[in-house]
Amino acid sequence: MIQYQGVSKVFGSGPSSIVAVDNVTFNIEDGNLVTFLGPSGCGKTTLLRLTNRLIALSSGQILIDGKDVMSWDEVKLRQSIGYAIQEIGLFPNKTIYGNIAIVPRLLGWNEKRISDRVDELLNMLRLDPGVFRDRYPVELSGGQQQRIGVARCLAADPDLLLMDEPFGAIDPVNREEIQDEFIKVQAKLKKSIAFVTHDIYEAVKMGDRIAIFDEGRLVQFDTPEVILMKPANKYIEDFVGTDRTLKGLSLLSVRETMNQDHANVVEGRIKSAEAMNVLKEKGLSHLNVIEEGKPIGYVTTATLESDNIEVKKLIEPYPLCIAETDNLRDALSNMLMHDIQKIPVINENGYLTGTISYDDIHRRIVNLYSDHRITK
Amino acid sequence: MRILKFVQENASDCWGLGLEHIWIVAISVFLAALIAIPLGVYISHNERVAKQVISAANILMTIPSIALFGLMLPILSIIGHGLGKVPAVIALVLYSQLPLIRNTYVGIKNVPPELVEAGKGLGMSSWTRLRELEIPLAISVIIAGLRTATVMNIGIAAIAAYIGAGGLGVFIQQGIARVYSEMIIAGALLVALLAIFADAGMAFLERALTPKGIRIARRIGK
Repeated sequence: MIQYQGVSKVFGSGPSSIVAVDNVTFNIEDGNLVTFLGPSGCGKTTLLRLTNRLIALSSGQILIDGKDVMSWDEVKLRQSIGYAIQEIGLFPNKTIYGNIAIVPRLLGWNEKRISDRVDELLNMLRLDPGVFRDRYPVELSGGQQQRIGVARCLAADPDLLLMDEPFGAIDPVNREEIQDEFIKVQAKLKKSIAFVTHDIYEAVKMGDRIAIFDEGRLVQFDTPEVILMKPANKYIEDFVGTDRTLKGLSLLSVRETMNQDHANVVEGRIKSAEAMNVLKEKGLSHLNVIEEGKPIGYVTTATLESDNIEVKKLIEPYPLCIAETDNLRDALSNMLMHDIQKIPVINENGYLTGTISYDDIHRRIVNLYSDHRITK
Repeated sequence: MRILKFVQENASDCWGLGLEHIWIVAISVFLAALIAIPLGVYISHNERVAKQVISAANILMTIPSIALFGLMLPILSIIGHGLGKVPAVIALVLYSQLPLIRNTYVGIKNVPPELVEAGKGLGMSSWTRLRELEIPLAISVIIAGLRTATVMNIGIAAIAAYIGAGGLGVFIQQGIARVYSEMIIAGALLVALLAIFADAGMAFLERALTPKGIRIARRIGK
């Protein structure tokens, strides 16, 4: 755990001095990824660099697992913390192996252990060790270099990582990919991470919590959902953007929002007359037809006209199905794109587990807003 | 043709003086590197003294070599070395300072700051950073300085014959005194030949000591 207690940093002295970090207090819990968010000059990078003493603290305390960082030897302190920067900073004179091995070598690991660790990390980041170990940084693409930057920061398996816009130097498509991969890696490794970014999407996507800074002050520290749904002030509201509700949708999963009522589900083998009765009895507009648990299409009063045929022969196919694990942003976007009000939801085995509609999404958002009003 | 004949007839003198010339230059470049490279590294991390040190080396460079020999004569006479190889080597060491200090300084200053930052953040001490990052990245520029110093010293060492240091300058000095043009030209050509070989040798060294990753980077133009 990292504890920031009344941390301040003042550059210069006298009337020309600049307060870069102003009395900041919050904690990063074990296994949490906290994104430091704000525009440039808000103090987020300074706070990161204060943590491993690349810059000296003016006042306050930073504790790592209860121990004041000032009580460490600064070189030892940095060796025990992973560090990755936007410019990546791979050493061009060292191979990929040599770059990843930097901290383990400083810590005096033997070569066998380093070699195993390098292979393990390369595999974890989906780079073939046979291909990449002995390459030089300049022979790699930007995205590959960024992965090596991450591998280097994880090399000695530190509990704590400091990452300063680690995915900032690559194009959006590659960035998305490496973000997804890093989320998977983090889910497994459960490191405590301070992650600086100026990108609200990245902050929301990566962060267990977000710390938002403005002119050196911590203005809000909360989960992404709360920050999007309930920004603490006008500054944050502007920063997260007027589309914050839409951004929030990407944090909510279909599984927790979908309608699991099975009243409008029928088996494909029943006759159309029977299906018609169900529709009329329950006053439904359509029925979802399944076969062996999997959705095959839907029927409406219009399609059911001819009597006594198996409904599976009368179905209209779905334009698409959506997975339980998808987020509401994707669900909504699909509804708009295909001009449909309702999408069947399937689980990882392809079985129909529910449906999701505009109304379901709307209800979820209204609930969230009101929840936060109550808890605040 | 007559020059070739002169060289043939005086082959053993040519060898002897040539080796003496090489010896003077080699020892002075070696001593100069011993002083200038650490100094260059030091000032690259202490910006405040960098300007002064480089200015001082610059001033040294502007003193004509013959004047420097003259200036050292009374001083070194105190220890009985007013003439000969000692003042010659000292002068060459002084002249080598500027290219060596400046190249070392520039080479290290040109290491991208984000690499230094990364090294620091990973927990490398300033000593480790120097050894594993700054020197390897600056080495080709440092060797280029050594190359300049060597070639320059081969030329200046020829003048040192006037203070009795020996070397190929002896041909030139005596040739002038005896108005013996073949001797002058032979001396000049041999000095030039030596400089060309030294330059080629240093170019090879420069290439050999440049880390492979940097060579690849240059080849693919990054």
